[in-house]
Amino acid sequence: MSTLLSEPTPTAPVDKQERGRRFASIWLIVTVGALAAVSLVRVITGADEIDSRGSVAAAITATCPILLAALGGLWSERAGVVNIGLEGQMILGTWGAAYFTYWYGPWTGIMGAILLGALGGLIHAIATVTFGVDHIVSGVAINLIGLGLAAFLAEAFFADLNSSRGTGGQNKLTGLENPGAITVPGLSDALTDLGEKHWFFISDLASILAALTTRISLVTILVLALVGVTAFVLWRTTFGLRLRSCGENPQAAESLGISVLRYKYVAVIISGGFAGLGGGYLALVSASGFSTGQTNGRGYIGLAAMIFGNWRPGGILLGSGMFGYTDSLRLRDSGTIHALLLLVAIGLAVFAVLALRAANRSRAIVLGVGAVLFLLWFLLTDEVPREFTSMTPYVATLLVLAFAAQRLRMPKADGQIYRKGSAG
Amino acid sequence: MPKLVSGVLAPVLALLAAIVITSAVVVFVGASPVDFWEVMLSWPSNRSVLTVLNQASMIFLSATAAAIGFRMNLFNIGVEGQYRVASYVAAAFAGGAFLPGALNIVVSILLAMAAGAAWAAIPAILKVTRGVSEVISTIMLNAIAVFVVGYLLSNYAEKAGDGRRTTPVEDDSLLAGFALFEDKDGSLWTLSLMAVLVGLAFWFVINRTRFGFDLRATGMNESAAIASGVSVKKMVVVAMMTSGAVAGLIWLPALFAETTSGNYFSSSVFQANLGFTGIAVALLGRNNPVGMALGALLFAFLGVQSTQLEFAGVDVSNDVVLVTQGVIVLTIVIAYEIVGRWRTAAEQRSVRAALDDRTDKVGVSA
Repeated sequence: MSTLLSEPTPTAPVDKQERGRRFASIWLIVTVGALAAVSLVRVITGADEIDSRGSVAAAITATCPILLAALGGLWSERAGVVNIGLEGQMILGTWGAAYFTYWYGPWTGIMGAILLGALGGLIHAIATVTFGVDHIVSGVAINLIGLGLAAFLAEAFFADLNSSRGTGGQNKLTGLENPGAITVPGLSDALTDLGEKHWFFISDLASILAALTTRISLVTILVLALVGVTAFVLWRTTFGLRLRSCGENPQAAESLGISVLRYKYVAVIISGGFAGLGGGYLALVSASGFSTGQTNGRGYIGLAAMIFGNWRPGGILLGSGMFGYTDSLRLRDSGTIHALLLLVAIGLAVFAVLALRAANRSRAIVLGVGAVLFLLWFLLTDEVPREFTSMTPYVATLLVLAFAAQRLRMPKADGQIYRKGSAG
Repeated sequence: MPKLVSGVLAPVLALLAAIVITSAVVVFVGASPVDFWEVMLSWPSNRSVLTVLNQASMIFLSATAAAIGFRMNLFNIGVEGQYRVASYVAAAFAGGAFLPGALNIVVSILLAMAAGAAWAAIPAILKVTRGVSEVISTIMLNAIAVFVVGYLLSNYAEKAGDGRRTTPVEDDSLLAGFALFEDKDGSLWTLSLMAVLVGLAFWFVINRTRFGFDLRATGMNESAAIASGVSVKKMVVVAMMTSGAVAGLIWLPALFAETTSGNYFSSSVFQANLGFTGIAVALLGRNNPVGMALGALLFAFLGVQSTQLEFAGVDVSNDVVLVTQGVIVLTIVIAYEIVGRWRTAAEQRSVRAALDDRTDKVGVSA
């Protein structure tokens, strides 16, 4: 009896600041450790292109569209609506960006991309929230519609365009003005010089900072800011708490007076807007114009990055960065890609040691064997087939799902159809 | 409202909505919707009729593959990847000409089914052992299939022009098909008839066998199915692999037909995207073989007719068909939902009326 009633568990006063500091220090250790590993691999293999300024800049450009799609997925799924239609909304965004940029300039183009994407989100919201259509069904339909509509509208509106503002065609509109980029004077050159010295660690850090200070697109800065804004709005505001409550337990949310349907609408429309901006980024920053098939499955990679990141902004940034980096590898020489095998081996070995310390022997063995296999792959071959690098994001997501599914936690009512008044 | 009426009402409403929305899109780009529909709904040439039938058979196979999963609430988005892998395997084997004539075809078909089933087994096993949603894993596997087949093609296939292809199937393993009209119009591919066989088998297995009953029961009420002794995990694996095996058949009619553009697998000859069309048709036909057959014919008809737009001088891109198809998928599910709500409301009214009736009578006798 007494054990039940007395002895209240001593609730350690969780000092918020203390926790925040510990959290930050863990991230710092992980980042420094990862960078040191990259640097080590670079020094051993001599593949300087792994993290040269150019490589990092290309990786950032490749990351942004994936990141935006993933954030779009986050907004929607946090409110309990699965958005497979990200790909279609992204495609609509590429068209919107091209059309509005041609006629009204790049920043209106960015707005146009968001608008078109949000329109795709609105269709998804009407179908899933109002009519209770299965989220996957609606998503599949939106991908079909997005693909068809963009190609159809491109042929109708872009075929005859030809001026200094851009050159059109049946399925493209190229030579568009881009939204502009900035270079931090002085700092950029100094960091680039330092990066080219190829010193251990210092040069790697300098290259990354150089990429961030040299000709970085204004849209990229906006995208990185949006990660912070998303994290803040969803986790630090009343609006965000209510929105997430609709994804966890809509019945409870409604019984507390929250208009669940309205929040879901807002979330899905914002989600489409993010995906649309991702499409706009592809058309205006990654390339200098629209072409059909430009998204090339990046909406799906964004979805994968969101799951990889466990439905959290920090994880999403990490996942998108990884997928973006592998995406940008297509442009690198095969020696660079080959050197990365060693990096993967080191990474797996580190995780194996961590698993061993957590007394999870079977996990440690699996990871250890993986590390050895990658090491052998690195030692016994000279190059990696291109298809394998393109496949990486998808295989990584499958593996994470298979081996870390227990640690992933998606919103509790994610994908469920909610009828108003079902709180009873 | 009788069930038959609501069953017909929803598709009709959906098609009307799709026509209105497509017309609006056509008007939006400044073309005439009258001209547009005149071309789209004209009677196709003999050649087009055969193309519609052949395309419809492939779409129907794809829809059946999807429907097997849907019947037990399994979302096999992976039909696309499964039939890509299976088609490559079949083409590579058949091109190798290890076996003579018809035997080559039969073994290739079996291999394609095995390859499709194996590719579908991955998400099934991930689902039952690790609890991974089949929607996400099949989307990932669709992409992986593209790269795996691309890799195999670029390393183990012969060069042809500026691309790569598997060795073409030898003449003695090709099927002439049925020339329903004149020879120059082409033919109905022999293996298109697989669609009929698969459709009959699907109907029989789902409605007349223990397995089909368990499948439907699991889809309708999982806990009730478990209580009646169904092993849901086993059902997930079996249903998913069956779905993949049927998916493996999708492209084979084209591969073995004498009258197609190429009897080999290459990125230009292989017809992609049938997997997603199949999902749409399965939804349109409510996973029912007759419904799916009608849906497959409709989608094939729209697809083939849209290629005539350019020749007829209607200034509309044939990509508009994708919009029409997507809109049909959305409107059909919405229409079923609305009609369902009407029916529920009508039933509630009739029950209330009956109850009121009785209380009136009871009131009188008291």
